[in-house]
Amino acid sequence: MSEQNELNVGRRLFLIGGTLAGIGGTAAAVLHDGELGGPPQTFKDAVPWAEGTADSPPGASGTGYVFFSAAEAAFIEAAVGRLIPSDPVGPGAVEAGVPFFLDRQLAGLFGRGDHFYLVGPWAAGTPEQGYQGRFTPAQLYRAAIAAIDAHAADGASGKSFSQLDAAAQDTMLKALEKGAVALAGGVDGKTFFAMLLQNTREGYFGDPIYGGNRNMAAWKMIGFPGAHYNYRSWVSRHGERVTLEPVGLKGRPAWTATEP
Amino acid sequence: MTTTLKAVDAVLVGFGWTGAIMGQQLCDAGLEVVALERGPWRDTSTDFATGFAQDELRYMWRHHLFQNVSYDTLTVRNNTAQNALPIRRLGAFLLGTGVGSGGVHWNGQIWRFLPSDFQAKSHNQQRYGKKAVTDYDLSIQDWGVTYEELEPHYDQFDQLCGTSGKAGNLNGAIQPGGNPFEGPRSREYPTPPMIQTYAPTLFGQAAASLGRHPFPHPTGNLSESYVNPLGAQLGACTYCGFCEKFGCGNYSKASPQTTVLPYLMRKPNFSLRTECEVLRVELTADRKRATGVTYVNSAGEEFFQPAELVILSAYVLQNVRLMLLSGIGRPYDPVSGEGVVGRNYAYQTMSSVNVFFDDKILNPFIGAGALATVIDDFNGDNFDHSGLGFIGGAYVAGMVTGGRPIEMIYTPEGTPAWGLDWKHAAAKNYLKSFSISVHGSCMSHRGNYLDLDPTYRDVYGRPMLRMTFDFTGNEHRMSDYVTDRAAEVARAMNPREIKLNRRVGSFSVVPYQTTHNTGGAIMGENPRDSVVNKFLQCWDVPNVFSLGSGAFPQNAGYNPTGTVAALTYHAAREITTRYLRAPGPLVQT
Repeated sequence: MSEQNELNVGRRLFLIGGTLAGIGGTAAAVLHDGELGGPPQTFKDAVPWAEGTADSPPGASGTGYVFFSAAEAAFIEAAVGRLIPSDPVGPGAVEAGVPFFLDRQLAGLFGRGDHFYLVGPWAAGTPEQGYQGRFTPAQLYRAAIAAIDAHAADGASGKSFSQLDAAAQDTMLKALEKGAVALAGGVDGKTFFAMLLQNTREGYFGDPIYGGNRNMAAWKMIGFPGAHYNYRSWVSRHGERVTLEPVGLKGRPAWTATEP
Repeated sequence: MTTTLKAVDAVLVGFGWTGAIMGQQLCDAGLEVVALERGPWRDTSTDFATGFAQDELRYMWRHHLFQNVSYDTLTVRNNTAQNALPIRRLGAFLLGTGVGSGGVHWNGQIWRFLPSDFQAKSHNQQRYGKKAVTDYDLSIQDWGVTYEELEPHYDQFDQLCGTSGKAGNLNGAIQPGGNPFEGPRSREYPTPPMIQTYAPTLFGQAAASLGRHPFPHPTGNLSESYVNPLGAQLGACTYCGFCEKFGCGNYSKASPQTTVLPYLMRKPNFSLRTECEVLRVELTADRKRATGVTYVNSAGEEFFQPAELVILSAYVLQNVRLMLLSGIGRPYDPVSGEGVVGRNYAYQTMSSVNVFFDDKILNPFIGAGALATVIDDFNGDNFDHSGLGFIGGAYVAGMVTGGRPIEMIYTPEGTPAWGLDWKHAAAKNYLKSFSISVHGSCMSHRGNYLDLDPTYRDVYGRPMLRMTFDFTGNEHRMSDYVTDRAAEVARAMNPREIKLNRRVGSFSVVPYQTTHNTGGAIMGENPRDSVVNKFLQCWDVPNVFSLGSGAFPQNAGYNPTGTVAALTYHAAREITTRYLRAPGPLVQT
């Protein structure tokens, strides 16, 4: 099979689930969710498989923010813009769509802490014991953004974080990273910073179907070709720069462009 | 109300690698077998098809295939002076769930332990003296089984998977190109080794220049298509770089789905029930015999499944917990040192060295779960430990499992974690850097153990498992020593710079290390210091067998799956040839 055909196989499979809409899009029936499972089942005398059923990824859709308020969006755009600034080397987090990615993530299952154990009793643990908060990620973002803006306003004549200049924003972010900022509302600034940085990288380098990594520009910057199925012809070509165009789970724009 | 079901010959609790292998062996012997799996059914074409398998966010960072800790987790502390708290988000290890479990999202690294690993206590004591095996409150012991006894079963697993590799020792004759330190193999690997990409090739050349003995990592990501003895066919790996934490959409990675299930699921004497969580093993009043298991399904219905044989084939942490919840064996007490269930919990001691070039494009995204060139010169007792102050060791691997950019961007020492400097370092180094993995043993210690948590309970009201664990001096010294050896190889590659990521401080649940949890239901020569005999049969309840890495008395410096599978085949042979004829203890005390 040629490489192009192999890629098309991947694209065709994706399109089976391609009508599924994520948060903020039109609702469509989910054919199969491999994580939720379902009712108890007994399997006997066969390898169960249902044609046309696939555990398709839950991509993001729509435009604008559904989770962040205007003030929260201002914070997020300012903060992720400092975490990954824009310059000629490659995209910044804002142009890569990270704020939109974060919005959809926080509005969805991740924001609800679907893979966090959030039951009590609660106690402050050691750093080695990891996250011990009560907040879901969505709650933590909300509480932390408000607390950081309040802290900024206290120290800088009423300016919120997004109204500070870049150097002051960096100073604040560094202090949060070190755990050197005492925030109101029971928010642990260090925990929030670590989550924000991790989620920012996820939006920057994740597949474009989740709303970040616009135009696969972050992948292009580093030279990652994306969700390629087959590198066999490149394995022994030591030291050569791979010339394959980046491709995402949903293909790439050139595949769907109309002929001129 | 509990509904009592029709009795079966054997019930399997959990349906990953060990459940699939044992199920196939027992069904072939004619037994009526039921497997209970608490997670969902999973198959390649539906759940991780080629069209969407390469999704770093969903599978790695959103834990799509992993155990969901929102309703079942465990508590952890570093020592008994601390208050154990729940793992609220998976990190250090990524537990499996569902059909195939961790066998779906493993890397496919297939190792055999060294002959001397099975005699960790007597071998080291003989060579280095009694102090070497008692320092740091070590509680290591011999396995009660030898490499020679397991060799035919290691071979069975290689044949099942079609393992790709190059033998280093064929029936005692050292082979060029393989691992000269390994125990004797009865035959060559079923398929040839994978083709090495640039970084592992450079690693191998540098290691050889230092007099080390590089060889290709044995892998369950297949170098060519293969039909196994059960008739299941695997395809050649495409080096897409999404193995670990991902399911393979290409039928190229050995897993229960690709090697056993196409055969086993069609056996008329086998059935699988999914979304069924076993609550406990039921015992007779004298606790000397299991009558079956009680389980609850996802609809909340409770059943008692009577069975002549109860096979604990869940992950080590669940097997140990079920024993403690069911009253099988005496729980370990770290103060008195008495009791056995939960004793000798161990892990894996991981470190790494990042290597950065200016002039070499490595293309790290061309990878596979076990694509590596390895040296085994500093593993186990392959080197003289005299005067070093530790026992055990690690393999050192120039490994490229993939170049997934959220997880695997390496930046030089001193690079900030964010900002323009970070972005520039990422852009500059991504294609020209890789990581050398130092995969170390973890000896068992008196203070490292598993028991039931006194505070936290699961949704069924059962106590959660509590893990008390930390690395001790033996592991830190071992890891530092072998990390320095890895750095020597890294420097011999003539890079621009390297970065050492040593194993420092206490065990933390936060950063991913490896899902190689071991011990707690250990095997041994007598019931005073082990839970199961050499055939994984419970000393106290002889119709219960506990499979998996829980049987390891301490962990060797290799990935555990090969040994887990070999022990399962070894147990299955004994059950089907001896136990069924005369049910009872297979080893007399």
